[in-house]
Amino acid sequence: MTDHAGPEGLALPAAAATRAEPAGAAGEALRWWRRFARNRGALFGLGVFLAVLVMAVFAPVLAPHDPVAQGVGKPLAGPSLSHWAGTDSFGRDIVSRIVYGARIALVVGILAVLLALVIGVTLGLVAGYYGGVVDAVIMRVMDGLFAFPIIILAIGMMAIVGFGVGNLIVAVAVGFIAPFARVTRGDVLAVKEEPYVEAARLAGVGSLAVMFRHVLPNVMAPVIVQGALRVSGAIITEAGLSFLGLGPPPPTPVWGSMIAEGRNFIVMAPHVSTLPGIALMVTIVGLNLLGDGLRDALDPRLRRGA
Amino acid sequence: MLRFTLSRVGQTLAVLFTVSVIVFAMMRMIPGDPALMLLGDDFTQEAYQRLRAKLGLDQGIVTQYVLWLRSVLEGDLGDSLLLHERVSRLVLDAFVPTLWLVVASLVVGVLIAVPSGILAAMRKDGPWDWGSMGFAILVYSMPSFWKGIVLIWVFSVWLGWFPAMGYVDPLARPGEFLWRMVLPAITLGTFFSGLVARIIRSSLLEVLDQDYIKAARAKGVRQGALVYRHALSNALIPVVTVIGLQFGTLLGGAVLTETVFSIPGLGRLTVNAILSRDYSVVQGAILVAVASIVVVNLLVDLTYAFLNPKIRVT
Repeated sequence: MTDHAGPEGLALPAAAATRAEPAGAAGEALRWWRRFARNRGALFGLGVFLAVLVMAVFAPVLAPHDPVAQGVGKPLAGPSLSHWAGTDSFGRDIVSRIVYGARIALVVGILAVLLALVIGVTLGLVAGYYGGVVDAVIMRVMDGLFAFPIIILAIGMMAIVGFGVGNLIVAVAVGFIAPFARVTRGDVLAVKEEPYVEAARLAGVGSLAVMFRHVLPNVMAPVIVQGALRVSGAIITEAGLSFLGLGPPPPTPVWGSMIAEGRNFIVMAPHVSTLPGIALMVTIVGLNLLGDGLRDALDPRLRRGA
Repeated sequence: MLRFTLSRVGQTLAVLFTVSVIVFAMMRMIPGDPALMLLGDDFTQEAYQRLRAKLGLDQGIVTQYVLWLRSVLEGDLGDSLLLHERVSRLVLDAFVPTLWLVVASLVVGVLIAVPSGILAAMRKDGPWDWGSMGFAILVYSMPSFWKGIVLIWVFSVWLGWFPAMGYVDPLARPGEFLWRMVLPAITLGTFFSGLVARIIRSSLLEVLDQDYIKAARAKGVRQGALVYRHALSNALIPVVTVIGLQFGTLLGGAVLTETVFSIPGLGRLTVNAILSRDYSVVQGAILVAVASIVVVNLLVDLTYAFLNPKIRVT
């Protein structure tokens, strides 16, 4: 990310300037961090994100029990000292399942957004750079995709790709392609008129090189902000699909499926459904606050206005 | 206005066309031969060829699309393999409860969002502002399906005030319909209110910063009158558009919410169809849902242009 914290938005050959002044880039990063850290909500969001990340990475160490082992406790037992969040209907430890569930949430959320980002940015770049018929065709398809609510598109995609974590990532990603394409195309239209792009083209640099080496780095900042803002949406979409029974098959510990399973025991054992939901909600709130903070600190458009 | 209307209608038709191509392509990408699935295990080669011809599968892909589009435009979405019913019938029957849920949530959402958004803007940076915006972020971040379960736990299991699930025809038994709709509408409506309250706040703050408001304030108009008489009508115009354009988001949320409350809507129909590989139902349901969103967006844009003369020219 610090690659792009350089003097983007300046009408200079960006790459050369960043290489020549490492101190300038470091100073920029520091200024950026101060802007970010002034926002208490964003700091809280960063804390939540890091906590979920630690949970996901160190799940085998942190989880007190095997998340899929049945009968580690009495079925549907409430929270106790040996099982802080109680057990589910199979007597599985809910804390362990929540900790492991962070893996699927983060992996699907982040990879789906990255996949959508790569596809969407490429389409937006090509559409904006070439214009004409290419632009019209790509953007009309994006308009069509944009009309679908993300969850409905994801449900439809699950019919095609089938169940499993990899397929889940693809199904969630499709709904997020259009926003990336739109943001990228809009900025490419502005950037391709800049003198340095013109200069590169006149110097005989090929279209692909101009697009990816000179135009792309200068439209990445808003795209990264978009990406940060979309991860929470991707995680909610994944949880929704899992809740509907379209997620990874049981007994995989997934927050959405855990909420759905617990729904049948809401009278006797409300903790089975509500506690995984709290994990999901705290993660979403944290990611939303983190995304807002990144946007405020990173978006060059807002910065110029300030 | 006529030129604006025509160009928006044209754009809408273009989007509808693309949507139909996407839905058609999605169903064609599903692995497996539809003819084989229809025939089951025991069939002759001749029967297979005949069925493929009947389904148009021996034609080119473009011809297939044109044939499909023509029957869709005639209102024929095909037949459900499992439910032995016309897909159009199934989808319309399921669409009604979903639509009622969306409307009820819209009402609940606006009832919460308008006062809290106005209050937040009037008491900017004060405790009311922090409180209502914190609430907005919280309800917006809660996954609707989880919020629904918590509401069932508190209000029907624990307090016993509202029924936990089920749906009745609002025209036949309006009282019971409203009764059963309270929790689902709060579930989806609060999500919506979180979104709208933030927009009302920022829109109102923007208007309050304009010169004519400053002039009115300088003349000695009190804060309350300033907001209600001078600022609000202008601030709400963009909000009306946002509310209308969220129809799609609400429809998506309704799919999840109705599953929690066992409402026999579009979401349940689609998910059950996917699980039982009844793809013509999936196709029909998605097509109808998205087409309705595109048409609602058109109506919202036209209403906005009607309310706000500035946009008609551009």
